Parts: sequence; C-alpha cells; structure tokens
Amino acid sequence: MPTRWFGEPVRRNEDPRFLTGKGNFVDDINPPGAVHAAVLRSSLAHARITRIDVEAARQLDGVLAVWTWEDLGDLWRPSPMVVPHDALTHPKTQYPLAKDKVNYVGEAVALVVATDRYVAEDACDLIEVEYEPLPAITDTEAAVAEGAPLVHEDVPNNVAATLTQQVGDVERAFDEADHVFSERLLIERSAGQPMETRAIAAQWDELERVLTVWDTTQAPLSIRNGLAVLLGLPENAVRVVAPDVGGGFGTKIMMFYPEEVLVPLAAMRLRRPVKWAEDRREHLIASNHERGQVHEASIAVRADGTILGIKDVFLHDTGAYTPYGIVVPIVTSTQLPGPYRLPNYYSESRTVYTNKVPVTPYRGAGRPHGCFVMERLVDLAARELGMDRAEIRFKNFIQPDQFPWDVGLTFQDGAPTRYDSGNYPEGLRIALEHIGYDNFPQKQAELREQGRYLGLGMASYVEGTGIGPYEGAHVRVDGTAQKVIVATCVGTQGQGHQTSFAQIVADELGVRPDQVVITTGDSRSMNWGSGTYASRSAVVTGNAVGAASRTVREKTAQLAAELFEASPADIEFEDERVFVRGSPEFGLPLWDIAVVANPIRYAYGTQAAQAIKLLKNREGPPLPEGTDPGLEARKYFSPAQATFASGNHAAILEVDPQTGIVTILKYVAVHDCGRVINPMIVEGQVHGGVAQGIGGSFYERLVYDQDGQPLSTTFMDYLIPTAMEVPEIECYHVETPSPLNPLGIKGAGEAGVIPVPALMAQALDDALSPWGVRVTEMPLNPGQIRELVRERG
Amino acid sequence: MKPPPFAYVDPHNVAEALDALGEYRDEGKVLAGGQSLVPLLNMRLAQPRVVIDLNRITELDFIAARNTNGAEGITFGAMTRQRSVEDAQDVLAQLPMLKEAIGWVGHPQIRNRGTVGGSIAHADPAAELPLVFRALDGAATVRSRRGSRTIPASDFFVYTFTPALEADEMLVDIWLPLPAPRTGQAFVEVARRHGDFALVAAAASLTLDEHRVCSDVRIAIGGAAPTPVRATRAEAALRGQRVSLDAFRQAGQLAGEDLEPTADVHADAAYRREVAGVLTYRALKLALERVPPEPDGSSTAAPKPAEPAR
Amino acid sequence: MTGVIDTVRDIALTVNGEQREGRVPVRLLLSDFLRGHLGLTGTHLGCEHGVCGCCTVLMDGEPIRSCLLFAVQADGHALTTVEGLAPDEGPLHPLQEAFREEHALQCGFCTPGFLITLVSFLQRNPDPSDEQIREALSGNLCRCTGYQNIVRAVKRAVSH
Repeated sequence: MPTRWFGEPVRRNEDPRFLTGKGNFVDDINPPGAVHAAVLRSSLAHARITRIDVEAARQLDGVLAVWTWEDLGDLWRPSPMVVPHDALTHPKTQYPLAKDKVNYVGEAVALVVATDRYVAEDACDLIEVEYEPLPAITDTEAAVAEGAPLVHEDVPNNVAATLTQQVGDVERAFDEADHVFSERLLIERSAGQPMETRAIAAQWDELERVLTVWDTTQAPLSIRNGLAVLLGLPENAVRVVAPDVGGGFGTKIMMFYPEEVLVPLAAMRLRRPVKWAEDRREHLIASNHERGQVHEASIAVRADGTILGIKDVFLHDTGAYTPYGIVVPIVTSTQLPGPYRLPNYYSESRTVYTNKVPVTPYRGAGRPHGCFVMERLVDLAARELGMDRAEIRFKNFIQPDQFPWDVGLTFQDGAPTRYDSGNYPEGLRIALEHIGYDNFPQKQAELREQGRYLGLGMASYVEGTGIGPYEGAHVRVDGTAQKVIVATCVGTQGQGHQTSFAQIVADELGVRPDQVVITTGDSRSMNWGSGTYASRSAVVTGNAVGAASRTVREKTAQLAAELFEASPADIEFEDERVFVRGSPEFGLPLWDIAVVANPIRYAYGTQAAQAIKLLKNREGPPLPEGTDPGLEARKYFSPAQATFASGNHAAILEVDPQTGIVTILKYVAVHDCGRVINPMIVEGQVHGGVAQGIGGSFYERLVYDQDGQPLSTTFMDYLIPTAMEVPEIECYHVETPSPLNPLGIKGAGEAGVIPVPALMAQALDDALSPWGVRVTEMPLNPGQIRELVRERG
Repeated sequence: MKPPPFAYVDPHNVAEALDALGEYRDEGKVLAGGQSLVPLLNMRLAQPRVVIDLNRITELDFIAARNTNGAEGITFGAMTRQRSVEDAQDVLAQLPMLKEAIGWVGHPQIRNRGTVGGSIAHADPAAELPLVFRALDGAATVRSRRGSRTIPASDFFVYTFTPALEADEMLVDIWLPLPAPRTGQAFVEVARRHGDFALVAAAASLTLDEHRVCSDVRIAIGGAAPTPVRATRAEAALRGQRVSLDAFRQAGQLAGEDLEPTADVHADAAYRREVAGVLTYRALKLALERVPPEPDGSSTAAPKPAEPAR
Repeated sequence: MTGVIDTVRDIALTVNGEQREGRVPVRLLLSDFLRGHLGLTGTHLGCEHGVCGCCTVLMDGEPIRSCLLFAVQADGHALTTVEGLAPDEGPLHPLQEAFREEHALQCGFCTPGFLITLVSFLQRNPDPSDEQIREALSGNLCRCTGYQNIVRAVKRAVSH
C-alpha cells in the first residue's frame, strides 16, 4: 500500500472552524425554545437529608420545574456498573438525585429547569435542604482503620475491592535478595480539567419521534445504548451526538453522570429542549477526580543492582462511588513493572471509599501512579547501592530481542499484559543524550558554587494502549460530492481524528486527506463502537478505518478491472484517479467509478453521463450476485490484547531552596508509539500530556479539609500551568511497530503525562542532594519543597 | 455561575456617585475594574442590592504630579487603569517600586480593566498595589456627600478586604511620594504561577546618606498578614546604621518574626513567615544595588564586608 | 442623575464593525450577551471567574475578559470577537493561518481567547522574544497543547 500521507504532518481538516469561532461545542447549540437547567448540589460531604422544600423555588417566575428524587419515578435507580470485576465486591454507583443521604460535596440533590440559567440559579438558592451532618471520611488510611465511620453503611471498612496480582515467588525473591529497600509513596488527588466543562442539550422531536442528546461525552454510543434502555426507547429513537468537545482527558467518560439522565428526562417530560452547561466551580465538585493513592512499596535487589522483586501494597481513593469499577488500580498494578524485567511481583490494592468526588480515569488512568512508585524504587535502590541511576535502568530493561515479553499479569481488558515490541534502552539513550546527562554533574557543581541548585531527572514507562473491545468505521465514496465520507462513533476531543483517519483513507484510495470527511461521535452515523479512552482511538478506530478503506479499494479495483478488462491486481489509485498500471489512459476518476457502482436509473451529475457510457451490454443482473451498490464498506477491528507503547523523559530543573519555587529549564521526551500516522498530532499529544504532568508535579492538587469541604473550588485555588510554567518540550521518536495490527500503530494519547511526577521527584532529589532530600509525595507546593530542605537542616 | 439579581446605577461624575453611595450605603457596592468584584458576584459570594458602576466617571482617570506637605509625588485617579500606569513610562521612571510591582499585577487582560483605586480599596493583603501604597507611605483622598478627607496609607487598611472607608465614602485618588535622593527601591514576590496573587511579597525602599549610613528605610510585607504591614522593628534596626548584607539578613529575621500569617491551600503560616524574611533580605539587597551612584561616579551600592550589627 | 436604578437596560454597541442593540437585564454578563443574544458563540466560557481567558474579546481594541463585564457596561463601546478577525468565507488572518500551520490548537476551545489576546499583543509588540510571548500568553489557559506550538505560531506570524 502506498504511504503518501501516512507519517506526514498533514495540517488538520478541523482547524478552520475552530480558528474562526465556528466550532460546534454543546453549549453553542441552541435549539429554538430551549430552557435551561441547574443542579442544586450538596454542601456537606456526608449527611442525611431530613427535608427538602422546593416550593419557593417552584413559585419563582420563570421556573418550569424543580425535581427531587421523588419526581424521577422508576428512573430513580443507580447508574449501571460499567466495568464490573470479581474483586469489586462492594460496588456503589450514584443515583441521579440523592434521596436520604449525600456522600460528597457536589452530589446532585435537585434539578431546576427555568427560562435561563440566571433564573435557574436563583431558584436553586430558594431550595431549602435540611441536613443532619455525619462524620466525613477524607483520608484513605483513616478510612480503613478499625472503627472508622462508614461512607456506605453496608461496606465494611470502606473497602470496595481488594485486588491482588502476582508473578513468580516474591517471598523467596525477598529472602534471597542482597538488599531490600522500602518506601511510602503518596500521590494526591487532581483532575483532568478540560477547558470546556461538561454540557448536555436534549430535545425530543415529536415529528420524528426521536430523542436527540448533544453531550460532551467521550462515548456517545455507550450513552445512547444506556439511555435507550433507561427511557424504554428503541435504540434508533435515541441519537447521541458528541459534537466538538473541548478536551476530555477521561473526565468526560461515564455512564452516567446524573445530568446525562436528568437532562434528557427533562426534555422528554417538559416537551421542550433542555440545556445544561456546567460551570467551572461546579465542575470542580461535580466532575470526576483521580490520582489519589498511598503506596507501601519495597524493592529487592542483588548487590549488582539486578531487580529481583517488588512488593507493593496500596490504597486507592475512589471517592464516594465506583462508577468506573477498579480500572485505575488495575492499571496501576499492571503497569507498575514498566520497562523492567520483573520476575517476582506482588501487588495488593484496596479500593477505598471516602466522602469526596468519585474517581474515574484521568489521562494516564493509574499509570502515572505506577510509574511514580516503580521509578522511585529504582532510584532508591540506585542511591543505596551507590549506583548510577541511568546504569541501573539500562541493566534491568527488557531488551529489544526479548519481545514478546509476558509480564505475567492481567491487564484492564482482561487480556495478558504481554508487551509486543519496544526498545527501551534506545529511548533512554536518546533522552540522556539530548538532556546532556554526561556533562550535567560538572555544570551542576559549578552552579552550586554560585548558590544555584539544579537537578536532573529521568523516568521510563510502558503504556498499554489500543485495547478492545472493538471499533468500527464506515467508508463510502460519494461520487457527486467528490468526497470520501467516513463515519466512526468514537468521540473527538482535540486528537485530530478528522485528519489522522483521513490520512489512512487517503493512502488507500489515492485522494487527499482534505477530500475525506470524517464524522465522529454521532450515534446515528455509526451504530457500533465503544468510545475514546485508554489511548485506543488511533489503534482501534484507525485500523477499522484502514480495514474499511481497504475493502472499498478492493471493490473499486474489482469494478475498475471489469470496466477496463484488466486484472484487479493491476489497478492503481493516484491523484483521485483509478487506472491500469502502465496504461493510465485506461482509467477514470474515482468519483466516476462511484457513480458507475450504483446502477440506478437516475444518476445525477456530469460524472454520471460520462460514466454510463462505459457500461457495456452485459448479461446478468445490474447488481451482480454478492455485491453491494456503491463503493462502501463497514469494518471493525477487535484487538486480542493491548499494544504497548513506551517512553523515556528527562528534565533539568532549578529549585530555590529558600522559597521552594521550581523552574523547569529543559525537557526532553522520547516517545515510541509504533508507526506514526501524523507526527505533528502525536507531538501535540505529548506536549499536552507533559503540561498536565507538570501540573501534577507542582501545581495541581485538590485539597479537602477534615470535614470533607473542598478547598480547591476555583481556578484561583486549582492551578493549571500557564505558558510561563511549561517549558519547551523537545520531542524525539523511537519507532517499534506493533505486530498486533495491520497499521503497526500504538496509542499516544496519554503518554506525555505518565513519567512526569516520577522524573520531577528524581530531579528534586538531585538538585537538593546537599540536603539528602528524598521526595516521596507528589504534587509538591513551594512550602512542601522548602520543608524538604528544612527538615534536613 | 451567574450573578444574583441586583439593581444597577452608573453615575457619570463623582457627585452622582457620592449621591448613590449616600443613598444606598451598605446595600450598594462600588464597581471599578470588576476584576475582583465580578468573580465574587458570579460566585454569589457578594450579593449587593445595588451595583454602582464607576466606569463612566472619566474625571477619575488621570495621573498628575502633586506636592503634598512639601513632598513631591504623583497622584493617580481612582479609576486610572492599571494598564495606563504600565504605559506611563515617564511616571514609572520616577516611581521605581511601582514600576517593578505593576508587572506582577495579574495579566494584561486584567490590567486593561483593573484600576489603581479598585485594587487599593479592595484591600487584598496579597495584592501588589496596596503593598506599594503602604511601603511608600502614600495618602488616599476619600470623599462622601459629607465632605473630603485624606487617609494615610498607615491607616487605610483595617483588615483583609476591609479599607477604612465609611459606607457612604469612596476613594477618589491616591498619592505616592517620589523617592528621596540616594534611594534604591525593590519589589520582590513569590507566587505559585506568573500573575497569581503573591504567596508573600516584600517591598523595600532604602535611602542612604553620604556616609553610606541608612537614613531612611521602609520595608512592607504582603501576603503574610490580614493587611500589608510594615516591618517596623526591622526598619528601626537598620535606620542610622551602616548598611551590610548581614544587617539585611538580621532585618529579614526581624521582619519574619513579627508576622502572624494565616494558612491557605497555597502556603502555610510558617512558610509565609519565613519566606517573608528571605524576601525582605532580597529586596533590601536589590534596593541597595539600585541606590544611584554619587555624582563623582563612586557607588554607594557596593556592600562593604559584613560588620557586626548593633 | 442618568442612573435611575435599573434592572433592565437598552444598550447599543458595535460588534465586529456592526451596530448591535439589545434590551438586557443589568446582571447579564457580556459573555452571555455575545453568545446568547448575538449568537456569536466563538467566545467561550471556561471558568466565569476571570482566570482562563477563553472569554477574551477586544473592547476598544484592548483584550478584556468578557465574563467579568456586564453587557450594560459595553454600551457605546466597540467590541471585536474571534468572528471579526477574518471576513466570512474570506482568507484567514495571518495569525489564524500560523496557528493552523503549527498545530497550535487541538480541541479548539481556548483558541478564540488566544487569538484575540495575541492580535492585540502583536500590535503593541511586533517583534517579541520567546519570553515576552510566553508572558503575553500567561493569562490564557490551554489544557491540550502545552503552549509550545502556540509560541511557534506567534513566531511564524511575526516572521511572515
């Protein structure tokens, strides 16, 4: 297959509308007559509701409805448990509106629908709720202690799940080791915070008898399927569209957020379009969080630095519910081994309820935690053994000739964690070369004499990407519009699907990417699929697009072969033309062939007139047995297991020990996502991920007080890094194609964020080594960094 | 987040504004640049019955030289945009502490609307302009229907977000003195991100006599107390002494000791107290480097070796 | 006194060169007036407390946060939104072109705010250093790009 477009930094098809303010985000959609919703949320972290009085709210001018749980009828039921697991023995999912009890600040208590959002918020202020406060659980370790108050009365010790995974014989490894080093490691809660908060608009069309829901979801088909069941409608009477979505990062994938039930229900009942747009303050307490874990980890090594085994026991804070099962702790435990040979491994996690916002995956989805723990243990071993921190990594890496490498665990998709390909030593070598590892110690010493403290950090990771179950793509050549029309139902939140998938199609069919129109996120255009998450779209949807395009190419070649009396193997596709190799005059525009492929009596367009002339007299039916009209195909790709991307990052930072302020001076990211469809898009993903990783190292932390009151409630408290805090990120590539899919690609969406806290911790240790500092917690604010120095004197 | 209902009035001159304030008093809230007030309204943390919008009052948008009690200075009308201050290069050349501080104030979009008077009257102890005002011993002109009065910076800040204004009073201008000869000034700040409010800030003005003895010094700390505060013990320890880095270190120590900061999500009390000391040292050191050279070209700025402090 | 105590007002202003009018509640934010009453949905809401910059528009040529202004305050002023940077169906503004060339946008939600901020910045600073560019951008948040390509786009626009 020619690869004229695959691998090229093709400029994006989607950009013109975003640049001119013509993007179509959910809150930009205004069905005529729409009314607006607001949600009254719990102001307490843990309380019984003894009374809700909505009368004053209902009386307010402009208010159409005020609902509590009683108004929901049989739709008042818990959200489905989307990712069940045997270890998840005490799952809990949320009801659309709270009845007797609230379990976190932000939990939805009442819905108001009014003529505009201003009035709806006024009405919320008039709703009276009487709460009887209960003790709030805010600390994961305190939550599992004997006698701790319970978030859910029927969940002993607040433990939702206990998950163990093991490989080899870790007890023997620890016995036989020359050294065992242990550490307690902490990652604090943070969240994706896309620039667009969540929004939903819903409209019941009486004429078509269809419910249309515009939703910022990352998984429109899953929402469609769920709503159809919930509302008792046939699937084709529910259309869910994720139009342009302003960032997702995992935060926008759920089944269901309460509003995803309430808003469509309100539209159906009120027979008016209903809109709900979350504001930022709301988003910080109503959209899911992640990242909180506490690890007690140990590493067993030989004196020469060979890793013999790792034990890791951790607590995972799931907040008040488990709407996404235990995916995050599973990912942590299975991805922790990273790029290292780890013959013996024991991982035990407890997923713990707290009275905080529920936790679901956020970019990295457990990998940043696993990488932090692994890399800190490797660094600890290196330090204690007096070994160079790069050397210990090279020594323990899985080598390029050792693939496929079976880690011995079961990944989040239920398949083995079996690494398909990679070259970790090359990745680290490139990172160290470009960060200037060899001459850094000298530079560091010189600057220390001037009272400046610089440090260098590195970290490596492996990332399972491209998991199933499957995705599909529908490809069709439109002869009259002279475009190739493609539909897939994963959502797009900035990843450039409308360009990268177009590149795949363009290569197969000999057109330009800007001639390929891709629709994503509309359940009407593609009925089968799962969603955008876990760095899977390029791999799974990309390969489905590839398969469908290939099928269309084959059909086209078959038809062209008939028309030109050649063999299908001799048909070429180039510059929109389909022709016989060596005799290009025997050819036609692709668009004309599309017209010919549909043998109807009335065909429009000038192409039709030309093309029809080619049809010779024939025998048999116009549409031969076993063929479909048109140049069209629908294909699916279902991977048996994940394909494993990897990366090595390094950075140099400067710390002011007196103020704790950090400046990142240089950042290098080496990334391997197999064959790359669009390097510009992949690098953009890495840049964005690294920026979020920097946030998760020094700026972003969701703080709660001991009563479960969130203290990070605005962007003045929850600090997103700006262009002054994120440095230039130098990107380099290693390419180990995936043997597991025809395109050879691996996922890239989450990569940038995974190793950042780990390498920043190492860099801080390095910068502050005169004080013997050892970072075991992320993120760190200036006070905490200063404290590291102070407590060492 | 939409603001709660309120009634709105936009006076076109000071007299009309004072009438509105006189009539609505505590029920009314003055709207200047809005960069602090409107977020509070949007979050419904402020729910005034009446918003009195001052943005039509052009007579309060000015920068002018003015002498007060024999001291030369510059007066800024309360509605002068922070951006106008930033652009007034000739004015900033005369007020080096303000010049250094204004770049720390938020971002360009904030400074395009934010006002000098609004920032000072909002009295956020972590804000830059109130700190400069306090450090330089500025003066505020305050008016009501009842008359006009002057409030020195030392009396202006009562508590966090609480200026010494009666319910019917309005800040109309602030005056900042020009530095005396042989003065160096500095403004240093620690913030989580560029443009954020200060975790801690220190402003220093150091005046030397011809013998390199400190004849006057002002040290003001922001972000470490309910109001911007002067480090009076630190100042007293430096006044009348020869300057040295050791003396500055001691001054920093004294400055920190006298503070009782509150903690928040960004920094705890110990951090603010200790870093206040560090920043005091750094501000004094910078201020010394900026003392202008003598007419004969020699510099008073080169610090002598450490001497025992008194 | 002009300011009779009001809860609703008539306003008239210029938006992207066109005269626009409306009768608005006094508490209506300018951002909502632009998006709702005028249908100019290119200006976005990311926080409504003046931090993220997604709502940035030009008022009398200077970038301001439209979520921190009431529509009534814009009466008599001239506004430019992202829709006004390039004519409909016309060529893109050089800065918009540069953004596309350098992949300076991913989800596109913050992009209008950046464009407006930068259009004004480049008028004042036609030849900025990298540091100056980053400082000029520091009042606008982006969650997708890590800012790097935005800086590149600015440099590209400057050099062309």
